[in-house]
Amino acid sequence: MTTEQATILAVTGNEAVAEAMRQVNPDVVAAYPITPQTEIVQIYAQFVADGKVDTEFITAESEHSAMSAAIGSAAAGARTMTATSSQGFALMWELLFVAASYRLPIVMANVNRALSGPINIHCDHSDSMGGRDCGWIQLYGENHQEAYDNHVMAVRIAEHADVRLPVMTMIDGYVISGAIGPMESLTDAQVQEFVGPYRPIHPMLDSKHPVTVGPFDGLHGFYMEHKATQQQAMERASRVIDEIAAEYAELSGRRYGLIDAYRTEDAEVAIVVVGSTAGTTRMIVDKLRAKGVRAGCVRVRAFRPFPAAEYAEAIGHCKVVGVMDRSDSFGAQGGQVFLEVRSALYDCDPRPQVLPFIYGLGGRDIFPANIEQAFTVLRDAAKRKTKTTVERRYLNLREE
Amino acid sequence: MTALVDEGLLEHAPDDVRLPKVTLHATSEIRDHLRSPKTLWCPGCSNGIVTRALIDAILSLKLDPHRTCIVAGIGCAGRITSYLDYSTVHTTHGRALAVATGAKAADPSMHVIVVMGDGDCAAIGGNHLIHAARRNIDLTAIVFNNSIYGMTGGQMSPTTFEGDNSTTSPYGNIEQAFDICELARAAGATFVARGTSWAYKQLVELFAGAIVHKGFAFVEAQAICPTYYGRQNRGADPTEMLRRQRDRSVPVAKYEPGAPRHHDSYPVGVLHHAERVEYTAAYAALQQRAQGRS
Repeated sequence: MTTEQATILAVTGNEAVAEAMRQVNPDVVAAYPITPQTEIVQIYAQFVADGKVDTEFITAESEHSAMSAAIGSAAAGARTMTATSSQGFALMWELLFVAASYRLPIVMANVNRALSGPINIHCDHSDSMGGRDCGWIQLYGENHQEAYDNHVMAVRIAEHADVRLPVMTMIDGYVISGAIGPMESLTDAQVQEFVGPYRPIHPMLDSKHPVTVGPFDGLHGFYMEHKATQQQAMERASRVIDEIAAEYAELSGRRYGLIDAYRTEDAEVAIVVVGSTAGTTRMIVDKLRAKGVRAGCVRVRAFRPFPAAEYAEAIGHCKVVGVMDRSDSFGAQGGQVFLEVRSALYDCDPRPQVLPFIYGLGGRDIFPANIEQAFTVLRDAAKRKTKTTVERRYLNLREE
Repeated sequence: MTALVDEGLLEHAPDDVRLPKVTLHATSEIRDHLRSPKTLWCPGCSNGIVTRALIDAILSLKLDPHRTCIVAGIGCAGRITSYLDYSTVHTTHGRALAVATGAKAADPSMHVIVVMGDGDCAAIGGNHLIHAARRNIDLTAIVFNNSIYGMTGGQMSPTTFEGDNSTTSPYGNIEQAFDICELARAAGATFVARGTSWAYKQLVELFAGAIVHKGFAFVEAQAICPTYYGRQNRGADPTEMLRRQRDRSVPVAKYEPGAPRHHDSYPVGVLHHAERVEYTAAYAALQQRAQGRS
């Protein structure tokens, strides 16, 4: 299978990611099966077996080993990918930090699934949101098209000389990963030209210039400076993500920003949401707009780096902003996205009130009516003379 | 040296590998130990047979259900925690033995039975297997070995035979399969047995023998996965797959000593039985000694 002309395909989200991987044709893929990501690496294994790609495919014995193998491969100087979900992501935990601190441009698809326990295989964002501090760039996609596009762009972002950080691209488990939707692909040649050949920096396989990767760096070393450079790379990544997106738009006609704002220009109330729920949210925004309500929404695209200024610009003028988190940070004032957005809007004057909503945990359905309820809360708060209470509001939580 | 066998559970003092007498129970009695008569295992899957055999063994030994704890990992086998009406823990992938070690250490008088799949036991949790065996902690470790990752849709596992197909080895597996029984034995397990879903009564006996054994007891229950393993390898007819177990399993006494298990011939029965101090007993003795009570 080769794609010689741009084609619109009906694919599952997993197929979209696997197709992007095939066209990028990385040197190494190491993975372990986990629902609902399995299909990605399973399809990829078939590509490898059929000689459609030149990849060395490693069937590891756990995700801990898969990420370890990815680190070894990337440090050796190979373009490296993997994919995971949920518990697999959690098992990779210690290595995620290592991959980022070694500045290895690994690209990983994470199909969002709830973390145990109790065990649950359905979508929420607790896996990757829990990994927000590991130093990886995080791009959240909404649909099949973006699953593909993000994965192609991720290679360029990760390998960019100003960045050199691993990138994870997220799609919603089942809702996108398993459901079929449209995806317009580029040609193989376009993708190959876009990503270009990989030029590793200080690879271990360059035996004429031996390097040591990750040695002990204690009290008198440069650990702290090392961490500061990781942060500097993250800061540069915002610009690079946008530049790569602009270049990708010329190729594909699809322009992605750091955030995805919808009808926010004159919005009085707005919702911030991640992933596939954004489509339903936009539908409700349109419905409310038709009734004369000045509603808007923002979808999170890059969560790490978090483009705070873009949020202030897009929704800083709103009276009330609701943030819908599909994962929780127990004991904090709200979910992870809430904490970021509220912080991003803190310096706005006047400052919007920001309210936390929790929805969709463990795959709990989110209905249009639930999003309307959230907007009702926001509109009521906007009408009040005093600030409303800021406790979490759960959407579609069983009351009995 | 601690007793090799919990005498209270056994009618007669056993020979080295004499297994407890078991009686097979009516479905109505079996169902009393199930929370639901329905499972989500695929039609033709042998996990139901293996689960029933475990209940039959527990009934035969008259284990107190309130003193019996089932710890399972993730995958098709792990679902057993939802079905068995005992204290059950559904842990994370590969960690069943680690959790069970904690449970047993907390109350060594409990019967702790660990149910794993081949992924749990030989891949992601392989490290726990060798160390539980090395410690010789009194757990009954059962692996439902269907030689495939069933729950995630048929990827190769460490017990997928060389040459066999799976969705991650569509033209045949090039890796050597684990003989998990040999692994457990080499790591120090003091009771190692293999049974099949075909030979039901033997499986019940092996489970009963493993439960009464004091020390790390390991039973590999050869399971069948028609849906993913069968469809990709030599046909998905469950009865045919069970018949193949009948044809390929050789009583251990007739199996050439030292010969490895291979594709179409493997030993079944008690493969290894040894006497060695059990971990929680050794620990209790150490406590006594350290506190100057002995």
